[in-house]
Amino acid sequence: MGGMKKLINEPGDVVSEALRGMAAAHPDRLRVDHENRIVYRKDAPRSGKVGLISGGGSGHEPMHGGFVGLGMLDAACAGEVFTSPVPDQMMAATKAVDAGAGVLHIVKNYTGDVMNFEMAAELAAADAGTEVLSVVTNDDVAVQDSLYTAGRRGVGVTVLLEKIVGAAAEEGRSLQEVADLAKKVNDNGRSMGMALTSCTVPAAGKPTFELAENEMEVGIGIHGEPGRQRLPLAPAKDVAAMLVDPVVSDLPYQQGDSVIAFVNGMGGTPLIELYLMYNEVAQLLDRAGITIARNLVGNYITSLEMAGCSVTLLKVDDELVRLWDAPVNTPGLRWGA
Amino acid sequence: MGVDNFVNWLRDAASTMHDNAAYLTELDSAIGDADHGTNMDRGFQAVVAVLDESTFASADELMKKTGMTLVSKVGGASGPLYGTFFLRFGTALAGASSITPEVIGEAFTAGVGGILQRGKPELGDKTMYDAWAPALDAYDAAVAGGSDLAGALNAAAEAAAKGRDATVPLIARKGRASYLGERSAGHLDPGATSTTLLLESAARTLA
Repeated sequence: MGGMKKLINEPGDVVSEALRGMAAAHPDRLRVDHENRIVYRKDAPRSGKVGLISGGGSGHEPMHGGFVGLGMLDAACAGEVFTSPVPDQMMAATKAVDAGAGVLHIVKNYTGDVMNFEMAAELAAADAGTEVLSVVTNDDVAVQDSLYTAGRRGVGVTVLLEKIVGAAAEEGRSLQEVADLAKKVNDNGRSMGMALTSCTVPAAGKPTFELAENEMEVGIGIHGEPGRQRLPLAPAKDVAAMLVDPVVSDLPYQQGDSVIAFVNGMGGTPLIELYLMYNEVAQLLDRAGITIARNLVGNYITSLEMAGCSVTLLKVDDELVRLWDAPVNTPGLRWGA
Repeated sequence: MGVDNFVNWLRDAASTMHDNAAYLTELDSAIGDADHGTNMDRGFQAVVAVLDESTFASADELMKKTGMTLVSKVGGASGPLYGTFFLRFGTALAGASSITPEVIGEAFTAGVGGILQRGKPELGDKTMYDAWAPALDAYDAAVAGGSDLAGALNAAAEAAAKGRDATVPLIARKGRASYLGERSAGHLDPGATSTTLLLESAARTLA
């Protein structure tokens, strides 16, 4: 097991000091409210534009603060590591980005995130009338029986949704249109993840779980929590099938479908392995007759230093591809701007 | 029975959460995300800071402020759940001319009702409600049987501990532990554990 080996000062200061670093690194695009731990797009609020807010526990960087900027989010609320932010933060962010067109909350389906965003929406309703709609992402197929769980987790599709919906908001679409599009993206996306190692929450000081050298966890989320199954370590092509097959059969994605294929690193796996995995995923999809319209490979929704990856597929039409291609300029994603 | 009793409870609860923070986080590591103790400790230390800075004329104001502080500082699911408990508890105390075991019972009922509304748990879901529900039943039964406040709170704490222990074999159906499916069985629920600590603290200090 061993002790904690991290580039930190004090465990309790990790989130606030990382936010200071983000502010220092991206003054052209971001401004940071350090007291409330909110990352804002520098030019928010944008007149006539629907405000997009997300937030969640820290430790998933670049999500969500790294996705604030032109073509994506207007604000991101940072919680403690793996802990939902609190209603005060979401309230402050909601008020600050509202330019009269309303605000969409993008919430990942975790009990704490959903409850805190719900409380924020109730408080906002009781306060001055900012119109707020919410979308809850729940794309993780590893959670099989949603009747007897807190429901499927929001994972990789959240990244794709923030990009696509961000482009639509930038075009000046209404709050209802933006919310409907967000639901469409969530409904057409599915994900599955696996871990080669656990991760260490700074305040806990030791790994959340133990994995032997020859073991892997399949069906993990993004909080270092154990997964559905512990299995013997397998070659990448077998791991790819373990992730792709349940994703494809769940929606289901069918022959002739076009998708955005997203191979995401959990934070501790090098890009060479992620590209190797993408090669396996692309071959599996090709065999299934599924066309990859666009792809994304890299560390975008992470779980601290956990090694492993997730696969997300999003079924797309011409509209979604066009919005995906639209300009984006954030610390975590940038093209066309 | 006045504000000081509640202040004593909150200060004792804060030191209890602090002393048990590592234990609660360890329980949460097994079936959750390894932050429950840290979050509870941070929230109750913030409550202590409020107690140090302010004085409260009434117990209802104190409990409502405690609820708002926990909502603002704890995060996760525990923040809204514990925060709502204290908010509703305080709201129910407002207007009571004297704080009797019956009045505390009504506030207790309102607080647990808030947890039910926010978290929608059912008994046996392996959540904090598995400690709250039997504790409330035991409290009400004790008061109905003529028990004083100390006796009723002791009954509540004992029932909470039994409810907590009974979470071990359960498969979680709410919260992050539910993602584990059958692998969540065999572990004590961290939320039921912190609830028991809070009620044991009440039994020590509130009466």
